Amino acid sequence: MRKRSLTLLSDGTLLRKENTLYFENAQGRKPLAIEGIYDIYVYGHVNITSQALHFLAQRGIVVHFFNHYGYYDGSFYPRECLNSGELIIKQVEHYLHKEKRLKLAKLFVVGGAKNMERNLRRWGINVDFSELLKELESVEKITEVMNVEARIRQEYYALWDEHLPEGFKIVKRTRRPPQNEMNALISFLNSRLYATIVSEIYNTQLIPTVSYLHEPSERRFSLALDLSEIFKPMIADRIANRLVKQGIARKEHFRAELNGVLLNDEGKRAVIKEYNEEMVKSVRHPKLKKNVTKQRLIRLEAYKLIKHLVGAQEYDPLVAWF
Amino acid sequence: MSSEEYPLNNLLIRGIEINYLFVCPTKLWYFAKGITMEQESEWVDLGRFLHERSYFGEEKDVQIGPISIDFIRRGGVIEVHEVKHGKKMEKAHEMQALYYLYYLRRHGIKAKGVLHYPKLNETKEITLDGREDDIEKAIMEVERIESLPAPPRPRMKSICRKCAYYELCWV
Ligand code: SF4
Repeated sequence: MRKRSLTLLSDGTLLRKENTLYFENAQGRKPLAIEGIYDIYVYGHVNITSQALHFLAQRGIVVHFFNHYGYYDGSFYPRECLNSGELIIKQVEHYLHKEKRLKLAKLFVVGGAKNMERNLRRWGINVDFSELLKELESVEKITEVMNVEARIRQEYYALWDEHLPEGFKIVKRTRRPPQNEMNALISFLNSRLYATIVSEIYNTQLIPTVSYLHEPSERRFSLALDLSEIFKPMIADRIANRLVKQGIARKEHFRAELNGVLLNDEGKRAVIKEYNEEMVKSVRHPKLKKNVTKQRLIRLEAYKLIKHLVGAQEYDPLVAWF
Repeated sequence: MSSEEYPLNNLLIRGIEINYLFVCPTKLWYFAKGITMEQESEWVDLGRFLHERSYFGEEKDVQIGPISIDFIRRGGVIEVHEVKHGKKMEKAHEMQALYYLYYLRRHGIKAKGVLHYPKLNETKEITLDGREDDIEKAIMEVERIESLPAPPRPRMKSICRKCAYYELCWV
């Protein structure tokens, strides 16, 4: 059976009876085949019994929680079972060694920038960030790397804006809380993507807390932040763009609250549906010579990182060819 | 080199590692470093089993992963049986079985091996005599590969496509 992600949007209870997992809500009690669950995304108000959590831990299923606004709150990350002492040592070594860390940090930024370029070209805006990227070559501090990244992103948003319909301009990218619809949409998608990356890392021997571009103290799963540099443009931004261009995300899907603009329930549903469909779409992988899903691309990126860390092959960030 | 000269004190190597040596050194390296793939199940190793059971008691037909051991009458010979799907990996299977025999002999147990190929309706008997050197060489080669600072470069072969490490190796 192919494992799938399970998204719980409605309120209810997740419980275990004997060897079956159930989701119970106003509509009744529904059994969930645990063998078929890859990970779980909880958006509704969901109670989870400790037996259910034990069961999920046993099966190595990660559960991600999102708050009322659809932003990432945290994950139930079962005790890691895939451990490699060798890899942990290498992962930390690459963090402690200044040059090694800088190299990886820059590669994440380069990958992100190339994917932004790729998006803009798809949207008919010709651009290249090569000058900013050249600047990147000579910088010697992580903060400077971050700085270049921020400038690239700024330019990217400005250019993307030219192409977005009225009412859905990014203008100034705002977060926490987002101040307009497009920002709300991007933040929502980024949250979901971040959780997906956490799941993929969980299924490798990488430890999620040691990262290179971001400080390990920034967030618990900071390695997922590093990888999201590559995937935010490729996955989240493309979905956001499509949603507003095709009128799937509409003004009435958002509401203004005291603290910013947010997706309402109907909006969340529409976005999650689109996201889930996107992640199972496959593309032909030129090197592997087989079809892989968009979600699998994240795992493959983790593998590439592993290979870099153990000295098998230099990391070369994924740039969307599709 | 005979077993007296080579310090094979603990024989910490698992049978599966001998098997992988003849399947693919890249796979062996990753596996030994704990970088395993989802589908990869690790066989319970013979060594641990022997220590846990203080050699063979009265039990018969013990199954250790894909290996089954027939316990033979007092004074007789122990038979190690392995069931295999096909002959593609014949050499790897054979060496793995030989390693078990070698292991048992080092523990003072006389044994012979039998490989089963139910799909081909064939069996093959294996004895250690005269092949101790092959095994010792293999053990040293396993140790050499596992001590390499980086995994051996993968080589594309017919089994790669079906290997659990395919994506890791070739992405
Ligand atoms: S994919 Fe091929 S090279 Fe890689 S571990 Fe498997 S058999 Fe070896």
